[in-house]
Amino acid sequence: MQGHKADYVEIRLEETQITRIIYRGERLEEVGRTASLGGNVRALVKGGWGFVSFNNIQNLRDKVELAVRQARLIGKEDFKLSQIEPIIDIVAAEKSEPSTIPLSSKKQLLEEYNDIILSTPKIRTSNISYHDSQRKVTFASSEGTYIEQNKADANLRLTAIASEDGQIQQVGLSLGSQGDFAAIGGLQEQVKQMAQRAVDLLSAPQAKAGEYTIVLDPVLAGVFVHEAFGHLSEADHVYENKRLQEIMVLGRRFGDKHLNIVDGAAVPRLRGSYKYDDEGVPATKTYLVRGGILESRLHSRETAAKMNEKPTGNARAISYLYPPIVRMTNTYIEPGTLSFEDIISDIKEGIYARDWYGGTTSLEMFTFSASEAYMIRNGKIAELLRPVVLSGNVFVTLDNIDAIGNDLQMNQGGGCGKRGQSPLPVSNGSPHIRIRRCLIGGS
Amino acid sequence: MEEILSKAKKLAEQAEVFQVSSKVTPVHFEANLLKQIESKENVSTALRLIKGGKIGFAQANGYIEPETLVEMAAETYPFGMPAKFDFPNPKVYPKIETFDQQIDNVTVEEMVNLGEQLISSIKQHTPDILCEVSATKGTISVNIINSQGGEASYSKSFFNLSLEGVLIKDEDMLFVGDSYSSCHPVLDLRPLAEEIIKQLELAKRNVIISTKQMPVIFTPNGVASSLLAPLVSAFNGKLVFDGASPLKGKLGEQVFDKKFCLHDDATLPYQVASYPSDDEGVSSQRTPLVDNGVVSHFLYDLQTAALANTQSTGNGSRHGGLPTPSPSSLIIDKGDTHFWDMVKDITEGLIVEFLIGAEQGNTLNGDFSGNVLLGYKVEKGEITGRVKDTMVSGNVYQVLKQIEAIGHETRWVEGFLSTPCLYCTGLSVATKMV
Repeated sequence: MQGHKADYVEIRLEETQITRIIYRGERLEEVGRTASLGGNVRALVKGGWGFVSFNNIQNLRDKVELAVRQARLIGKEDFKLSQIEPIIDIVAAEKSEPSTIPLSSKKQLLEEYNDIILSTPKIRTSNISYHDSQRKVTFASSEGTYIEQNKADANLRLTAIASEDGQIQQVGLSLGSQGDFAAIGGLQEQVKQMAQRAVDLLSAPQAKAGEYTIVLDPVLAGVFVHEAFGHLSEADHVYENKRLQEIMVLGRRFGDKHLNIVDGAAVPRLRGSYKYDDEGVPATKTYLVRGGILESRLHSRETAAKMNEKPTGNARAISYLYPPIVRMTNTYIEPGTLSFEDIISDIKEGIYARDWYGGTTSLEMFTFSASEAYMIRNGKIAELLRPVVLSGNVFVTLDNIDAIGNDLQMNQGGGCGKRGQSPLPVSNGSPHIRIRRCLIGGS
Repeated sequence: MEEILSKAKKLAEQAEVFQVSSKVTPVHFEANLLKQIESKENVSTALRLIKGGKIGFAQANGYIEPETLVEMAAETYPFGMPAKFDFPNPKVYPKIETFDQQIDNVTVEEMVNLGEQLISSIKQHTPDILCEVSATKGTISVNIINSQGGEASYSKSFFNLSLEGVLIKDEDMLFVGDSYSSCHPVLDLRPLAEEIIKQLELAKRNVIISTKQMPVIFTPNGVASSLLAPLVSAFNGKLVFDGASPLKGKLGEQVFDKKFCLHDDATLPYQVASYPSDDEGVSSQRTPLVDNGVVSHFLYDLQTAALANTQSTGNGSRHGGLPTPSPSSLIIDKGDTHFWDMVKDITEGLIVEFLIGAEQGNTLNGDFSGNVLLGYKVEKGEITGRVKDTMVSGNVYQVLKQIEAIGHETRWVEGFLSTPCLYCTGLSVATKMV
């Protein structure tokens, strides 16, 4: 890495083993294994980045040279990354059960779930997708950092598909863990309820489109906070955008004084947890919003330096094929004091939305979709509705949160996508929350 | 590849090795400035084998000992799905043009220039806009060999130029964007610049729309972001076979409007989604999916076709695992109505350019529901401005059952959909109350 006249150079090498099991209905559609070996070089010259990714890990010096040459084509300004102490460390995976548990045991568990789904009357078919991975990432920088991190990840998505008279309804369940296989076991009762709900949806009505008071369960509220606020907190959206910096000025009020939003890979044993990010910066726990006030944002070394703020250890790359960019880790709304009863008891007409299909954001506008929804009438949960898609505007909707429950739960399923890097392991969570005037698409 | 195949043949009744190598050079601009130049090389090798009638599978990204890859695949076949097909015999593939030598001659400096010119032409129109631009060139080479003597190999070049712009006024953000892809270098930035400027012009002022059922014109980008996901899953032969597509049992039936024609075509010259052979060595073809509203075919790979007792349509596609049916290029036929005649016809309605989140509902049932990221209100036959805080919901089977009119021009969107504007009625539109 030395002798190239670059301001900064880093090299990452990565070895990954993935096992994949997919069922469609009764068919075990795919059992497969993937082994990956590759790496990348990133170089910084006068504020411009060169990036070279490869499978062939020979001739690293040539690759460094190419990355530096690319960076030099861009570099024009005097720029230094935010300072960090060089680190030398080797980090073992906390648990790596998925790689030691035999394929036959994984298959047995998935088949048990599949049988529960398929034996439910009116269920037409199922989808089960299970992945586990074992990854070793070696990182070295021209500043003297050398880190080896071993990471395990497991992810399960189950979907029950019901059909009748040409109508198709589906309900899904997503779970994940950092290598703890038990986290995806013991779901029999949940799977049974999920399959039954898919059937019940066949005869459920669709919500009428419009604005409602909504109550979100911890899983969906976690997706909400990720989409509605998490992405806007990623400093790479803000650091080169003066207008957005004015809007996202630290100290600005975004919500009620009870609202606290946190992101942090240093929160232990969750799917977005790690010791160092992909630039070798130690993980932190960051209050994005405290007491309703914007307190800080998520940074890479570059965005932190440009905005004169502290790096937060949020630069992540999904694999060696991509450069690290600012990402969330474990994002959640801190619990308040209200019980679920307190939250719904004074709602005359509203919607209770649970569990997720997905979510997305343009930064200002966001949508997130529930896989389960009920009308709330006179403070009580009433009839089941078809899945609803909810939408809002970040500058208005956070301020419309007027009740925060006491029952924080983290959801570890799914993954996050940004700039073509998907799905990145993250976790989201929240207690039950209530939002006034939330826009719902429907009939 | 030969070594892997010969080792696998010793173990299994049939085997197939698939290898794809790529070299991609993206140039990125952020906030109007050149930010990053990348160079990415990748090789991946996949082994599929059939032993005891069951399928085993393993893939390696990067170098792997042939022995190791064979062992990994051998570990999986005892659990694998019963194979219903044989790997293809030797055949003569159609000659499909997918490689333009000119791609190699485009320098990084030219790509940087292209990006700079594009940004400066947009800034000339709207000085305060912040643009993210990517210019990407690449080449891919695909090779397949199998134990039945089958052999397929081809190269593809591609180029993509894309822009996303954001204009912030107070707390209002306006997003515009578009992209063009081809196997030829995309060195003429004018079509992209003209499209972006058209979006900026139409979105100059914000207007309020009603919450009610109303007609909607989906532009080509609007078709892609609203209606495409449910259609793609509906024609997937695997979902049809499983009964997870509403089109199961509807072959030969009138499901869509008589004006609606849709086909899949992997044979179009210099289109980025074209190929002579699919990812399991089946010849590419043009497959009609909807003829004048009548469902005429579904898309298949070898295994799914065998299960459904039909033939592969050459749509076996790999996404890091076993081949599965996926569209190549989807083409919606053009109609005879001018865009402005559609607009003139509307008393109150909406033009949808980009919908976000639409693919995140129950797409299997054809449902879509999303936030209008970019859309314009039509009032008494004229476009009056941009709408926001607005959701559009519908079901493709209802929306496309009675199409009011189809545009007389088509264009390519995202490199794999060619579509005209679609003028539809009775969409549910909901907006925030002021």
